[in-house]
Order: sequence, then C-alpha cells, then structure tokens
Amino acid sequence: MAELAVKQLTKGFGNKCVLEDLTFSIDKGEFVSILGPSGSGKSTLFHLIGGLLQPDAGEISINKQQINGMTGQIGYMPQNPSLFPWRTVLDNVVLGQELHGKPNLALAMEMINKAGLSEMETTYPDELSGGMKQRVAFIRALLSPQQLLCLDEPFSALDEFTRQDMQNWLLTVWQAYRKSILFITHSIDEALYLSDRIIVLSTNPARIKAIFQPSFPHPRQQRLLLSDEFLSWKRKVTKAVRQA
Amino acid sequence: MWLWKKSWLAPTLVIIGMLIVWESATMILAMPTWLLPAPTIIAREIITSWSAFQQHFWATTSLAVIGFIVGVSIGLLLALVLHLCPRIRQSIYPILIMSQNIPIIVLAPLLVIWFGFGLFPKIIVITLVCFFPIVIATLAGLGQTNDDLLHYLRMSGASKKQIFLKLELPHSVPSILSGLKISATYSVMGAVISEWLGANRGIGLYMTLAQSSFRTDRVFVAIFFIMLVCMCFFGTILFLEHRVLKGFQKRGRS
Repeated sequence: MAELAVKQLTKGFGNKCVLEDLTFSIDKGEFVSILGPSGSGKSTLFHLIGGLLQPDAGEISINKQQINGMTGQIGYMPQNPSLFPWRTVLDNVVLGQELHGKPNLALAMEMINKAGLSEMETTYPDELSGGMKQRVAFIRALLSPQQLLCLDEPFSALDEFTRQDMQNWLLTVWQAYRKSILFITHSIDEALYLSDRIIVLSTNPARIKAIFQPSFPHPRQQRLLLSDEFLSWKRKVTKAVRQA
Repeated sequence: MWLWKKSWLAPTLVIIGMLIVWESATMILAMPTWLLPAPTIIAREIITSWSAFQQHFWATTSLAVIGFIVGVSIGLLLALVLHLCPRIRQSIYPILIMSQNIPIIVLAPLLVIWFGFGLFPKIIVITLVCFFPIVIATLAGLGQTNDDLLHYLRMSGASKKQIFLKLELPHSVPSILSGLKISATYSVMGAVISEWLGANRGIGLYMTLAQSSFRTDRVFVAIFFIMLVCMCFFGTILFLEHRVLKGFQKRGRS
C-alpha cells in the first residue's frame, strides 16, 4: 500500500519551471532517497509535500487522501538540527507531538535511551555535539504522530566519520520503529547505503531521471561500502547522475 | 553571592577615587557649601535627615513601582497587539515614536490642568517614559526569531498560535528583560519628575524645596537616594533575569 503518492507534480516560479511531471510513490515502511545536484528543486519538492506551497498541477496524497497545500501531514527533519535552545533534550523531542496533541513522555524517554542519549534528557542543545543534535532532531521527527518522515539532507553538515556513525545509527533506529522515510541527499554513497529505492532527479527543471532499487540486505555494515556489488551500483547511479 | 563578582572591584575603586578628588577639591578651593558641598557633608546630611526624609523616600519608591507596573503592563500589551496585527502596527508605530518626542516637562503641567494633583497624572507621566523601551524590546524579540526554527514549525504543521506560543514568546524573553532593565531605571526618573508638578510628599518635592532654600547638600541627598532606588530596581531585574534565564541568554543567541 502506498503511503505517499505523488502524481504528475509540476511547480514553477514565474516563468521558471522547477519541478516537471514528477510521479513516484513510497510504500509503507519504505526508505526512499531523492538524489540530485544542488538546486535541482529538492527543497521545493519538500515544501510541496509539507504543504507550504501549492502545486501548479498534479496531486500529492497520503493513504489515498489528497494533501495538496495541507500542512502537518509529515514528520520533518531539517538540514540543520533546528533544536529549540531554551528546551531540554526531552522537551525538544516531544515538540513534534506537542503540535498535534499531548506528548507521550514515557515513550520519549524510552527513545532517548535507545538512541544512546541516556541521561542527556535534561541537557540543553548547546551542550551537544553536531551528531547528537541530529539524533535529537531525528527522534523528534520519529516521535511525531505522522507515518511519513521527510529528511532534508540531515547529515550534510557533519564530518565524514560522524556521518557514517549517524547513518548506521539511523538505520538501526529506523529498523526498530519502521516509518516511511523520504530522504533528500546529494551523496551517492549515502543514498545507496541507506535506501531501498533511489530516485535520481535532473536539473532545470527537475524530472525523474532514473529509479534504482539496490535492495542490499539489512542489517547493513560499513564494509558494504567497498563490496563489488555496491561499487557496481555506484557506477550505475553515478552515470545516471552525470547525465542529469 | 552572584552579584559580588570581581568585575565590581574596578568601578568601586573609580567611585572612591572620584569622591576623594571631589572632597579635596572643595577643601583646596574653599568651596562654600551652598555652591558645592563636600561628600562628607552630604554623607552627614544623609544620616541626620533620614528620619525626616524617609517618608519622601517611600512615597517616591512606591509611586515608581506602581508606575513601573502600569507602564510595563501597557507596554507588553501594546507590543503583543502590534505584533499580532501588522496592520495596526504600521499605523501606530510612527505615533509611538512621536510620543517619545513630547517633552515630559512640558506635558506634565498640562496633565495637572486636566487631571489635578492626584495619583493619576503622575502614573501617566511614568507610563509615558516606561512603556516605550518595553514595546520596542518586545517587538524586536517577537519579530526576530530564528528562521530555521520557524521553518521546522511550519513544515511540521504548527498553527499561528503554536508558532507564537512555542517560538516567538519564549524567544522574546531575553529582550523583554532587557527592556525591563531600562524601564525600571526610567520609572524612578519619571516618578521624581511627576512629583515636581505638585505633591505633598516625595523625593521630587524634597528636591524642589531644598533647591529653593539653597540647601545644596540636601539636593545631593535627594540625588543619592534617587540613584539608590534606581540601582535597587536594576538589581531586582538583574536578579530576575538571572533566575529566569539560567544560561538561557547564551543559548538563546546561539
């Protein structure tokens, strides 16, 4: 069953067409990455799904219900952590829940502990490292009541080592809680390592260039990155991106 | 004690130095007391006249507190209204700035003509000097929120009310406290000015009487106590800030 379905989505600003005729879907519990160079309209796509923008044409639906221009239908993790500096870690992670009802503090504590942030619940964001902030931001999105999470290049500001740790961590947590994820990235390695499916976008305007379904088995490990199978997939995806 | 830090040592030394220069200058130049009294004479006057002075002291302090509370309440309310209704903000903002160009000294006698010698015109004077810093500081705090946080909230489907309660209001707390500090010191000045208009008690009245009878030492007593009240007000807000923020300020700006 398709969680998110995007049909013939088109959006432009003025005379410039940014997204043209995008059609794709995400199944329940699926991890889908959108791969494309900077300025390929990825953010516009998120703004459309998030309901901040109205599409010029086409339809976005979640569970067969149209959500064009409707906010609050997705859990969101932005590019930088965007934690609220006056809230503790615990108060930050329940913010997504607070917006749509009563927060479940017990579940939040459980998640904090499982996420390797035990005894951090009373600290403030400025005492956390970059990786930890992103963990908090992801738990906040995960705790939100929505079934679909949109992650907007969440690890792009982290250094390589932290990023690999975070990717592994993200997969473990996601395995345990299994929500559908739409993940925007411009790193081919990251897309291949994390996702079930990769959608490659072209630029000016963004069209769907290719869709890959590598389906590496879970749990994935770091050495996968150097396996022949992974590298051959990487060649294919790179070729598609180059042509974009 | 959180107030007693090393940073207090330098200003204290400077003040003591200034007092010594003042004292020796009046001695060397043989200054008559009605022209410029020496600090020691003023200090003696502070002690001897305290029993007669204290009623004025308390009158002004309570007047300043009442005026401060009224002024701050009006300021906060106005800031909220202006923030939530941008249309009203556009039309009212210039008038707010103009209100600060009215010379209080000129306005004060008019207020007496309109409202008599009671408490009301005095509160108006204090409110006029108090509300402006609060309005400006609060509007700045509410308006200049972090774009990333705002974007997160909007993407997550927060309503306008939720954005206000969860982002704008907490974000403006440090600014409001800065505004409070300025207003608190202004309120004492406002209270003294309002007492010049006509009052049967208060530091303002005491000051006018001392001045007209050439008791310059008493004028300095009045100045001393005005500064003392100001410092107490400021210290109270500082203490409040310390309690409320607990490192928030550092975080809020990061």
